Formats: sequence, structure tokens, C-alpha cells
Amino acid sequence: MTRKQRRLVLIGGSLGVLAVAVALMLNAFRDSIVFFNSPSDVVEKHVGPGTRIRLGGMVKSGSIEHGDGMRIRFEVTDGNAEIPVVYQGVVPDLFREGQGVVAEGTLDKSGVFDADTILAKHDETYMPKEVADALKKSGHWKDDYAQRAALPVTGANK
Amino acid sequence: MIPELGHYALMLALGLALIQGTMPIVGTRTNDPALMSIAVPAALAQFVFVAIAFCALAECYVASDFSVLNVFENSNSQMPLIYRLTSIWGNHEGSMMLWISILAFFGAMVAIFGGNLPAKLKANALAVQAWIAAAFELFILVTSNPFIRIAEAPFEGRDLNPILQDPGLAFHPPLLYLGYVGFSITFSFAIAALLEGRIDAAWARWVRPWVLGAWMCLTLGIAGGSYWAYYELGWGGFWFWDPVENASLMPWLAGTALLHSAVVMEKREALKVWTILLAILAFSLSLIGTFLVRSGVLTSVHAFATDPRRGIFILAILVAFIGGALSLFAWRAPLLKQGGLFAPISREGALVFNNLFLVSACATVLVGTLYPLALEALTGDKISVGPPFFNATFGPLFIPLMIVMPFGPLMAWKRGDLLGAAQRLLAAAMLAAVAVAAAFAMTRGGPVLAPFGVGIAVFVMAGAVTDIVERTMVLRLPLRATLRRALGLPRSAWGTAFAHFGVGVSLLGIIGATAWGSERLAEVKPGESLEIAHYRLTFDGLFNRTGPNYRDVMGHFTVHRSSGELIGAMEPSRRTFPAREMATTEAALMTRGASQIYVSLGDPNKDGSVPVRLYFKPHVLLIWIGAMFMFFGGALSLSDRRLRVGAPRPAKAKAAQPKPSLQAAE
Repeated sequence: MTRKQRRLVLIGGSLGVLAVAVALMLNAFRDSIVFFNSPSDVVEKHVGPGTRIRLGGMVKSGSIEHGDGMRIRFEVTDGNAEIPVVYQGVVPDLFREGQGVVAEGTLDKSGVFDADTILAKHDETYMPKEVADALKKSGHWKDDYAQRAALPVTGANK
Repeated sequence: MIPELGHYALMLALGLALIQGTMPIVGTRTNDPALMSIAVPAALAQFVFVAIAFCALAECYVASDFSVLNVFENSNSQMPLIYRLTSIWGNHEGSMMLWISILAFFGAMVAIFGGNLPAKLKANALAVQAWIAAAFELFILVTSNPFIRIAEAPFEGRDLNPILQDPGLAFHPPLLYLGYVGFSITFSFAIAALLEGRIDAAWARWVRPWVLGAWMCLTLGIAGGSYWAYYELGWGGFWFWDPVENASLMPWLAGTALLHSAVVMEKREALKVWTILLAILAFSLSLIGTFLVRSGVLTSVHAFATDPRRGIFILAILVAFIGGALSLFAWRAPLLKQGGLFAPISREGALVFNNLFLVSACATVLVGTLYPLALEALTGDKISVGPPFFNATFGPLFIPLMIVMPFGPLMAWKRGDLLGAAQRLLAAAMLAAVAVAAAFAMTRGGPVLAPFGVGIAVFVMAGAVTDIVERTMVLRLPLRATLRRALGLPRSAWGTAFAHFGVGVSLLGIIGATAWGSERLAEVKPGESLEIAHYRLTFDGLFNRTGPNYRDVMGHFTVHRSSGELIGAMEPSRRTFPAREMATTEAALMTRGASQIYVSLGDPNKDGSVPVRLYFKPHVLLIWIGAMFMFFGGALSLSDRRLRVGAPRPAKAKAAQPKPSLQAAE
């Protein structure tokens, strides 16, 4: 086998493996991309039941209800729209009323979001970046959420 | 006073780096030995000044000098000394200081131990190191200065993030940075070879210890980070395909490929161009990794809007080094002379196969990590790419790699005998088949393909053993002869066997913990019991405990076997840190062989019941035990005698011995 033939074999093999890798990636992209939506996005884009999405916003104060068997129900809001969420399991450390939350799951037919994961990764201000962006977009962003979360919410301009 | 000393030392180091980065290269171009010899003292002096700067910062932390902004934001006088030290690098500015300290240290090591390197290679390599150092020092001084002072010093600091007050995560950054910076040395040598226009086997032999050392540190760093996530985050997972994790995995994959490719270069002087490209890639991925983690890009691309200077500087560094290196490569690589020929079926062929699949796997991780960022920058849509994507792309690419791995060491260089290697692996294959059958028989549930994964893992492990068996001819020679052969085997052969064995062990652990783990989520009141696998845990109640800067609410669980036999107790807790008003979950782990019972608590409810997450993870410890094997294998290879013998010097006088004399490099 000459040098040139060997090089062609190597290059051909490499391209083959790369093609396999690209095919795997494209296939995986089709199935496993999950979009982030705020409650307003869900309403505006008419997200249908059964589509797997991430829902993020603030946990509406006073909306957390504990069921039995570790079931929990609460509402996610970005100031303009609200979506009720049900989840079964242990919630992460930073989950609290008046603080940011990102849940992953699907909407069911009655408009309730059935979450199978509640995401725990926040930065020091207890606000996931996507939730902060969504709140800014809906015009309800205030810089002192972390402190205000401890205070009872009164008044119309929350 | 001390912070100012450190600040000034850093500026001096920058000046030295600029000198070290220009004069030696001018010297290589004009063949001026005086200019070239500036490199060594400049590297040593730069290390001295960077060390002064780092020690100054360390002193501020140890003494809890809160007039320094960085110390105020990240430390607290109540913290134990060890965490006051490790919080130096628990933040952006300090970790950059650690980065350049290690960079300067490694540069100094090249200067000291590179006595028998060709003068031009050494000068060029140290100069490229200096460029990297200069870029980072400028970055620190302009955008991330740890020595900024506060006019009125506060009395107490804001404390280190409680999650980081933990031995695992305390030492994770230094280990990772030792790996990243180790790859900077190989990068410098690769660029030096391109600048000079020549490269040979001696280059590969000189570079190999650095690749090994960097790879070993990265392996430990990644394994340590994974173990930390496992016991600290409270969810029992050990790898989440988080962008931060991927940022460290990608240099590791490229580094493993580089390690194997350098072997071919050293033995056969082949794959030169590819090895240089890999050296550039490994360091580029290290740079991308450092900055992905440290710049805030991962949480949101729009983080740039809050502090654009950092993001723009980082991008400029990435473009300059990666773009510059690749351009230099495209321009100068054709100058390098072609190396030895080999047939596709040979040890070189197997190593090329290894490289191909490792690099493709690395590419899939890169795409999966950067795609959300790119999409958000272009369209504003926020997506998440998680484990389903990576399991569908990374996993299938690793399977062929694992299957071919036992064949590699058994094949000859230049032209290998595939059938012969297969015959020698027959015992290993049969052992693997037995393992598959056993896995099917002994387990319930789990994915259908998991027992085949067990088979592959056992095949890899048995293949590593086969390699040693073949080399020492264990069953074909009397014991004394075998032992003599075993002791005479080059350490790198043992290193290969241990490292490959470790890969199989880790794979076994990953499959065991993922496929056959069990989980219980429940709320328990005192006196109630939970069953998992064949254990029963009884909740006895909550009690409080206080630590140096935290308060614990602990739950006490008594563990019995399902048959009633008492085994022990477990005490998971919820830990609150008053300084930052943060809570962490401290899970309780009980080790049963290589498996673990895992308990973590949620917040206690008002009615006295506590939500509990209970997991049983079969064989999970094998994951990290395998990483230890890999590290040990790397250490064995590193201590191989031939890596400590330098390139031969031509005989000085004709009257003296005609053989070239070998000189120890250290």
C-alpha cells in the first residue's frame, strides 16, 4: 500500500466516523431539545399538551399547597400570566414562595403543568438567569426580589 | 501593604512575560544565542514574582484582611483555616491567580529541567509560555484584579459559598488547573515545533511526561468533581452533562487522544502533524473550558451585558490563541517531514482508531455544550441540551472504542496480526460472555442492553490482564521466569495495563449504578421504616448540632438487612449557614462493598414528618476506583526509565567513546 493509498484510507475512515457522529447528533437533536418558556410564552405560543418544555418564573406567594405522598401544587408567574404546576417528590433547597423556579415536564390537557423535575441550580441571588430574563421581558423585574421575598406581598404592583 | 506588594509583583511579572515572549523568538530568528538564553532566567524570575503575588493574596485570606475586596466577598473569619486558604480560588479573581501561578511554575520547571533540550526549541517553547502568561496577567490586571481595596474595611466577610466549604470541592480547582496548564506546556512545545519547522521523536519523548502529568491531574480532578456532586448535591447522580462538567471532560478526551498519538510519534515518528494538531486542540479546549466556567457565559449569553469587558477580553484571548495557533498550523504543518509508514491493521492503526473515536466523542460534547449558547445568541430561544442528547451521541461512539481497546496493546507495530490478537483475547471474550450471562441471571429490571455493557466492561478488564499475561508468558514458562519477565517489563507496559483496566472498572461502576439502582421518595415520621433493595431503614427522629459556622438539623436512621440483622446507623442532615442564609443538604452514605446506600433529607414539615430521598447504588464506588487505577497507571508510565533519559548528545571528541552518551534529564 503506497503512502497515498494509506492516507486515503485513513481520511476515508475518519470521514466515515465523523459522519456517524454527525448522524447521531442530528438524531439526538430531533428528540431531546427542550425549550424554555415563561408563563407568558406558554400562553402566547399556545404550547400544546404533551410537549416537553421547561417552565420558569416566580413561585407565586401563597400558592404552595402540600398534598399527601409528597405531592405539591403551586403556581408559576411572571407577572403577566400564571400556570399551575403539580409535582411529586422532594423539592430542592432553594424552592420557596416568592423565589425563582425552573420546572421541566409537560402540560396536561387541563392546562396544569405536570413537572417531573424541579431544577435547583441558581446563582447567589436565588434567581435562575432564564427566569430573570423572562421577568425583565414581562416588565416585572425588580432588583430586590431576594429581600422582598421575605416580606408579605401587598398591593397591586407586584 | 501586602496587597500592594502582590499587585506590584504581578505587574513586574507581566513585564517579564513580555520580555520572555519576544526576545528569545528574535534570538531564534537571528541565531543569536545571547537573546535565546534570556528565556530561562526570565521564566525563573517570572515564577518568583507570580509566586510573590499569589502568596500576598494568600496572606490576605489567612489573616482575614477584609480591606481587600476579594477577601471580603469570599471569606469569613469564622471559617476553619483550610477553607480560608481554599477560598482563594473559590472565586473568579483568585482562581485566575491560581491559574497563572501554576503556569509560571510549569514554565520554571521547563527552564530548570530542560537542560538538554535543543536551544531553539527551548527558547521558542518558553516564549510561547510567556505569551499565555502575559495574556492572562493582563486579563487579571485589567478586569479581574484580586488586589482591589475597600476604603472602609468591613468587620466581617460575606463567607465562602457553603457548597464550596467541602474538602472535595476545595481541591478540585487546583487539580483541574494542573491539568489545563499541563496542556499549555504541550501547546507551547507544539507551537515551538511549528515555528522552527521541524519535529522528531525526541520532541515526543520530551513532551510525553507533560501530557501524562496533565492527563493524570485532569482524571483526578474530574473524578473528584463527580464524587463531590454525588455526595453534596443530594440527588445521587454523579454526572449531569452540565456545561461546567463538559468543559472539563473535553480537554480530557483530547488529552487522552494526544497521549496515545504521542506514543506513536515517539515509537515510530509517525502521526506528527496529527499530534501537533491534538496538542493545539487539547489546550484550546482547556482555554474554552476555563472561560466557559469562569465568565458567566454558561448561565446566560446576556451576562456579557453586565460586565462586557471580561467577556470581550476572554473572547479576544480565545480568538488570538486558538485562531493564531490553527493559522500557524495551516501555514507551517506542511513543512514537517513525513514519518513512518504503517498498515491500517497494526498498533498504529488501532491508535488512530482510538484517536478518531475519542475526537468524535469530544466533538459531540462540544456541539451539545455550545449549541444552546449559539442558538440563544442567534435567535433568543433558550433551550437545554441534557443527558438524553449526550446518551444518544456519546455512548454509541464509546462502544466501538471500548471493544477495540483490548486489541491495541496486543498488536505489533507497522503490521499487526488481527487474527493472532483475537486468538489471544479468546479467554477474555469468554469471560465477558460469562459476565453477560451472570448479569442477566442476577439482576432484575434495568435496560435490556445493560448486561451487554457489563460484558464490554469485563472484556476491557480481561483484555488488560491478557496484555500482561502475554508479555510475561505466565502460563507457558515456570514461575521464576515469569516473575523475572514481569519485573523487567517496562513500567509503561504496566501503566498501560492498569490504566486500561481502570477504564473497564469505571465502566462497570457506571453501568451498575445507572442500570440497577433503586430509589425511594417518602415522608417519614419517627418510628417509620423504608425498604430499599434488601435493606430496611428506620427513622428515629431529628436532633440539632452546631458547627464552626453552621447549624445542622440531623436525622438518625438505623439500618437493618431485610432479614432483620442490624448493620449500623446513618445521619443525613440539613446544614444552615447564617452568614449567607444558605442551606445545604449533607447526605449520609453507607458503603456495602462497592455499593452504597444513600440517604438525604428535605426540609422537615410542620407535622414532624420529613421528606427523605433514599437510593441504593450498586457498584457505584467502582466509578472512582477505576479513576484511581487510571491515575496509578499514569503514574507508573510517568516513572518509566526512558522518560528520565534525555536525548543523546553527539560524542564530544573523536578520541572518546564512539557511542553517543546518554544524560539523565533530572
